[in-house]
Amino acid sequence: MQIEEVMKRKVITVSPSTTIREARRLCQEHRIRHLPVVEGETLVGIISDRDLRDALPSVIHKEVEVDDIYQHPVSSVMKKDVITIHPLDFIEEAALTLYTAKIGCLPVVSQGKLVGIVTESDILHSLVELMGVDRPSSYLKIEVDDTTGRLADVAQIIKECHVNISNVYVYPSKKKGKKNLSFRVETIDPRPIIERIEQHGFRVIWPEKLDVKHNAQEKTQQRMKAKEQNNDGSANL
Amino acid sequence: MGRPTSKPIFIYSEAVLNYFFHDEHPFNQKRIALTKQLLECCGFLIPDQVRAPRMATDEELLLVHDREYIEAVKKASQVSGQSSPGQEHPEFHPFGLGTEDTPLFPDMHRQAVLAVGGTLLGAELIAQGRTKRVLNLAGGLHHAQRGKASGFCIYNDCAVAIEYVRRQYDMKVLYIDTDAHHGDGVQWIFYHDPHVFTFSIHETGRYLYPGTGHVNEKGIGEGYGYCLNLPVDAFTQDASWLDCFERGLEAVLQFFKPDIIISQHGCDAHFYDPLTHLAGSMSIYVRMPELIKQAAETYTGGKWLAVGGGGYDIYRVVPRAWGLLWMVMNDVPVKQGPLPESWLSAVRAHVNGPVPALWLDEEEVLPVIPRQKEIEEKNRLMLKQALSYLRQQVGPH
Repeated sequence: MQIEEVMKRKVITVSPSTTIREARRLCQEHRIRHLPVVEGETLVGIISDRDLRDALPSVIHKEVEVDDIYQHPVSSVMKKDVITIHPLDFIEEAALTLYTAKIGCLPVVSQGKLVGIVTESDILHSLVELMGVDRPSSYLKIEVDDTTGRLADVAQIIKECHVNISNVYVYPSKKKGKKNLSFRVETIDPRPIIERIEQHGFRVIWPEKLDVKHNAQEKTQQRMKAKEQNNDGSANL
Repeated sequence: MGRPTSKPIFIYSEAVLNYFFHDEHPFNQKRIALTKQLLECCGFLIPDQVRAPRMATDEELLLVHDREYIEAVKKASQVSGQSSPGQEHPEFHPFGLGTEDTPLFPDMHRQAVLAVGGTLLGAELIAQGRTKRVLNLAGGLHHAQRGKASGFCIYNDCAVAIEYVRRQYDMKVLYIDTDAHHGDGVQWIFYHDPHVFTFSIHETGRYLYPGTGHVNEKGIGEGYGYCLNLPVDAFTQDASWLDCFERGLEAVLQFFKPDIIISQHGCDAHFYDPLTHLAGSMSIYVRMPELIKQAAETYTGGKWLAVGGGGYDIYRVVPRAWGLLWMVMNDVPVKQGPLPESWLSAVRAHVNGPVPALWLDEEEVLPVIPRQKEIEEKNRLMLKQALSYLRQQVGPH
């Protein structure tokens, strides 16, 4: 997925001369935390709700004239070296940048113009969409060797069962030399697929199989245990 | 239609057995015939109470389904012989037909329409005051979407019947779905509608089909708050399942105060069921109908339309579960007792291994689930989260 697929195109912006009072009002009104600062279509800075709060005196300090501060332009508190991203970049790059730079938003700039904005919650939302259920399906998780061609092997088995795959991702396993394949397959009855995957020697982790015992077996085992303990010379209760 | 009757009506004809994909397919309506034979053996079903279903009309299907889809089903019905899935007729795949789950079979349109007609007949009988309780075991095809077959379901009989009573009688409808799979088709069709409350308890969609039915699916727009999902953990047993169901139902009833209840009785939450991972026993298939009956007596003047649904252990589970449902509807006291020997011997011929000989499951055969405490705790947390929105609406109970 590319940035242009997830970015917001309608960006609330301010100019360098906008007052801090007005910037605060915009953040509250639109329930946003970041305001790109533009001159015409050119991005010259960014201001966050935290920058605006930092500009104000502490609520404990009553002497300072707050009204005076509110009159200042945002250019006096904005960040000027803005980290930006391009509409054709990938969302994983945006995720990595947000994470490593510890920031909450990336203005999207193309040919020197501000064309959109991507925030943390946009990235989370696209993750939900990527991993989510967009069509009725069953979930399978399979552990395979971390070698070439295993995804193709399992996909081939699903194909032989004539079932459509709506979603797949591959990720490392905690076990050395293994990786996990996670599939959403469009069937209510994945039993034939699971059976064939296991016949090929792959391990199906989900759906989990429980080796279910019955009450009768459980009671028999408890009695056996009790007997053994008695034979150990423990107290006969 | 006949004279008004105080007795519940059981909708059935031999024709409902023809909703049949192929011999190896898990969905097999033979289970309805087995249920009827079991009830007749016990003397709990008299011919007077049985009505044949009718065909639903195209206009009725159009209450929820797209015309293009109905035409596709009709066209698929004319494909001669049974097709091997996935190989032939890819033109039907976008409609969910000719797939592994819903392969083509001759005359599929007419068979699917009969299931809808049975549920509609039930809705008519109740809405017109001819009887209070109707059971259509051929219905309950809750996965079907407006324009697509899904999970063995071609037309969504529940949704058509709900829309019918909405338009003809302006009733507030409570739809209760006790199938182990989320009642997604019905939920999405009425997701925006504040006059239809969809309440579904099911195994979590974390890996079970269809994958939806999360607690945060609550409806949208005007319909926000008119949808409740209780996704329980895999391997949930009776006590926790019933605790969730009972408290969920109570909260929904107080909040919504329905005019009619339409309930779907898939019985695949049983520990023998091959398609799901739940560990319920026959007890839940007595208790849930009892609670629904009580709800109808208290809120809807007794108006209660019940339909079938999933249930894939067709010898050991479905006939008992649906037999018990009918006993509750028919006010036959449910007691633990043996099944008729003549019926059992007929069934044993089809089953490898022992067949339960009593109405309810015996203590000895219940599964032992090592993580039960943890599962119960997770279900309690889920229930609390699911009910938090309703609580804000109706105040604490």
